[in-house]
Amino acid sequence: MGASLGGLEATKTILSTISRSFNLPIALVLHRDENSPTELLINILNKDSPIEVIEAEDKMMIQNSKCYIAPAGYHLLIDEDHFALSTENKVHHSRPSIDVLLESAADAYRSDLIGVIMTGNSVDGAEGLKSVKEKGGLTIVQDPKDAKAELMPKSAILAANPDYTIPLPDIGTLLMKLSEETRN
Amino acid sequence: MTEKIDLENLEIKLLLDGVYRVSGYDFRDYALASLKRRIHKCMLDEETATVSGFQERVLHNPESLNHFLLSLSIDITELFRDPDLYRSYREKIIPVLHTYPFFRIWHAGCSTGEEAYSDAIILTEEGLYDRARIYATDFNEIVIEKAKKGIFSQKVMKTYTANYQQAGGKQAFSKYYTAKFDNVQMDPRLNANITWAQHNLVTDKSFNEFQVIFCRNVMIYFNKTLQDRVLRLFYESLSPYGYLILGKKESLKFSPLENKFELIDINERIYKKIL
Repeated sequence: MGASLGGLEATKTILSTISRSFNLPIALVLHRDENSPTELLINILNKDSPIEVIEAEDKMMIQNSKCYIAPAGYHLLIDEDHFALSTENKVHHSRPSIDVLLESAADAYRSDLIGVIMTGNSVDGAEGLKSVKEKGGLTIVQDPKDAKAELMPKSAILAANPDYTIPLPDIGTLLMKLSEETRN
Repeated sequence: MTEKIDLENLEIKLLLDGVYRVSGYDFRDYALASLKRRIHKCMLDEETATVSGFQERVLHNPESLNHFLLSLSIDITELFRDPDLYRSYREKIIPVLHTYPFFRIWHAGCSTGEEAYSDAIILTEEGLYDRARIYATDFNEIVIEKAKKGIFSQKVMKTYTANYQQAGGKQAFSKYYTAKFDNVQMDPRLNANITWAQHNLVTDKSFNEFQVIFCRNVMIYFNKTLQDRVLRLFYESLSPYGYLILGKKESLKFSPLENKFELIDINERIYKKIL
């Protein structure tokens, strides 16, 4: 999942819609200042979240029912079964970049992946979501009318032609449904 | 679809094998996800559509090989990047260095040298430079040559000055360099006790004993196997109660050597060898 401006509230909304039985891992990129402490963000998110929200670390194994946030100032990548960090150049002026996360996730998980783009005032994430779709994953974009900032979802829609363009609460419900399906 | 992806992973293995045999540089244990990104970027630069096509270019064309090697060595770096780290260095490690008549510091994976120069500046200000022997190493000879020269673009000095001040620097930063057209030249006196050398963390052994080792945002590019091997190299290269400084979001958490170190700064990832 990725978001920029308005992303914190958007994430809170989604997390409050799912339940504790949510069985999938979530990797999340929220654009923010390079020096902003992730701890604050995590505390805010954990308050309303039924699943644990933690900061992703290099070489950390990816586990179900957890929401991992990319640290500020680093790109977050998926390396088979664990997370990897990188300090490469910013992508679309962002580090962490949503494109970087989605592209590596698409590479690692192919069709076993759900990509979600939410509110934001950047085009970061559009190419990444396109990668997700190209490699067989499911693509969801927050309805721009529902979003605090439209640029990010609009760019994603244009680039990726997502499977779903829906408001936030519906995203939460859909993710819950998909999580249930994977149990079976 | 599945086959296509697995094919690329195979091609990458072959590429790295080829590069190793031809150049001696061993990237076979680098973290795959970030390595793949760099390979793709190089492929774009070389206008090759497949990794195999890129391999042909790299194996037959020395310029392409060098370009590839460079792309694996250059990373974001600034003088006094992560100012808080240098602040913590001044507060926690410098006092300890004062107790030694003489000490060695290793900047492992120093790239174009900004970190080593930052260290040299701090040591100078603390009156410790004469007692210091700094070793700055990188596997890439080209970046080492660049680092030795100490030339940086004039454009970035404003940022570097701000970094320096945020790190607690109180002098006029400009006293550490002279302007030369569009560039600046670091004061050669900063270089006096720095040995710039080629050293490959993957293949080379320990070469000395150090009181401080900096290795920041280098090991994130290694896979777990290589990371553990390099950490062991650092452990063996550190004197008792020596310090290991990692990148802001790196840690010893998933390493078998974790219990041999004490974490003395959780924000700046400074570890002290205790066992």
